[in-house]
Amino acid sequence: MFKIAKYIILDIIRSKVLIAYTLLLATICTVIFLSDSDVIKGLVSITTIVMIIVPLVSIIYATTYYFNAAEFTELLVSQPIKRRDILLGEYLGISSSILGAFVLGVCLPVALFALSATGITLMVAGGLVTLSFTSLAFWASTKTRDKSKGIGLALMIWFYAAIVYDALVLLFLFTFSDYPLEKAMIVLTALNPVDLARIMILLELDISALMGYTGALYRQFFGSGTGIAFSVSMLFIWSVLPVLLALKIFSKKDL
Amino acid sequence: MDTLIELSHIKKAFGKLQVLKDISCHFESGNIVSVLGPNASGKTTMIKSILGMVIPDEGDIRFRGARVNKTFDYKKYIGYMPQIGRYPDNMKIGQLFDMMLDIRNCNKIPDTDLIEAYRLKSMYHKPMRTLSGGTRQKVSAALAFMFNPDVLILDEPTAGLDPFATEILKQKILAEKANNRLVIITSHILSESEELADTVMYLYEGKIKFYEPLAALQMETGEQRLGKILTRLLTEEHV
Repeated sequence: MFKIAKYIILDIIRSKVLIAYTLLLATICTVIFLSDSDVIKGLVSITTIVMIIVPLVSIIYATTYYFNAAEFTELLVSQPIKRRDILLGEYLGISSSILGAFVLGVCLPVALFALSATGITLMVAGGLVTLSFTSLAFWASTKTRDKSKGIGLALMIWFYAAIVYDALVLLFLFTFSDYPLEKAMIVLTALNPVDLARIMILLELDISALMGYTGALYRQFFGSGTGIAFSVSMLFIWSVLPVLLALKIFSKKDL
Repeated sequence: MDTLIELSHIKKAFGKLQVLKDISCHFESGNIVSVLGPNASGKTTMIKSILGMVIPDEGDIRFRGARVNKTFDYKKYIGYMPQIGRYPDNMKIGQLFDMMLDIRNCNKIPDTDLIEAYRLKSMYHKPMRTLSGGTRQKVSAALAFMFNPDVLILDEPTAGLDPFATEILKQKILAEKANNRLVIITSHILSESEELADTVMYLYEGKIKFYEPLAALQMETGEQRLGKILTRLLTEEHV
């Protein structure tokens, strides 16, 4: 399993796509920090950008890599290696590479310019979002048979999490505005990793009111500490559960 | 001659399409089996079921008598050469070989005959993506033979190879047979199967039409050439 991960990481480093992604993130962060003297504002801007780019790149890159490596996976399956170890090895290799890019591209500039509790929260949230979306990419890839469908499903997941979800929540609030919705809202938030990460950072920033309804509610319901713990554990589930489902599908998949 | 691989009542459907319909057979060591059949007759699916790449809906696969469905350990006795070998693009040939050695954890001395015969050493620094189809085939072949496996499964091994490379591969196959190994080959080139095979299996629409020693088939039909034998046997069936 670790050997497979090692070879995948070596392969990804040679391919330069992730290096471009790292540079993109690093440039965005550095430019934002340099152009604005208010570090907190900078962090908020970075959060907004990161919560769109990071999930998109993680899910699309992982899905594309999975399908491009399909023949390699086939070769591995014909070798005396457990299927479980093959898929976990691939997940480990791909996710740690993308995570590495995030660490170098975002965590490093944040640590240099704005090392604070908020900065660290941003690092943790971004890292967990990376893992969640790589994990979702594996679910989407094993679920579908060909590359175009796989990438289509991956894009739909991203589209849902980054864009459609907010509209759905609004619609939900509007439709059921006569009922007490606090608990329902908490459950709804847990259904979207991007939202969880965003709330986590905004709670830490103590400007949750900016987030509107969900943020204010979170603050009232949990207080910062528990709210963050809840978000972290939900994001953790998002990083593990899809891969477990993928393992289950992969163990029965015809190659 | 021991029975190495045994298939019993293997069935496999892709959606509504029944690809393998109740396949039962065994394969013995020291034997070269040529699996023939038209396109979509289930040849590759059968091979992939043996390798655990396709999971049969029903039936048992046994290796040396033990049921091996969904296990993986028996694969260390198998060398497989796929129809189209594709490898990580950025990896160099030398790195690929090193990786396979590392992953398989092989403690036997690797068999480098084909690497030498194909002069792959001089290309060790070339990345896989720059290789021609033929060179990839050579790499696949070298990988399949590398770990001294008891069973060799070659899916259309000579497609894309030049005549010299094909000849080298044939000699290697015959040498492995002499080492009491089992070689299973699928091919569309009849002259080739005729030259190599001891036993011929003919698949048609997911069923075994016949599975007999070549010599017996020649006796039965009174023909020498495999092409004619096939025409004889198959037209008789249809009349």
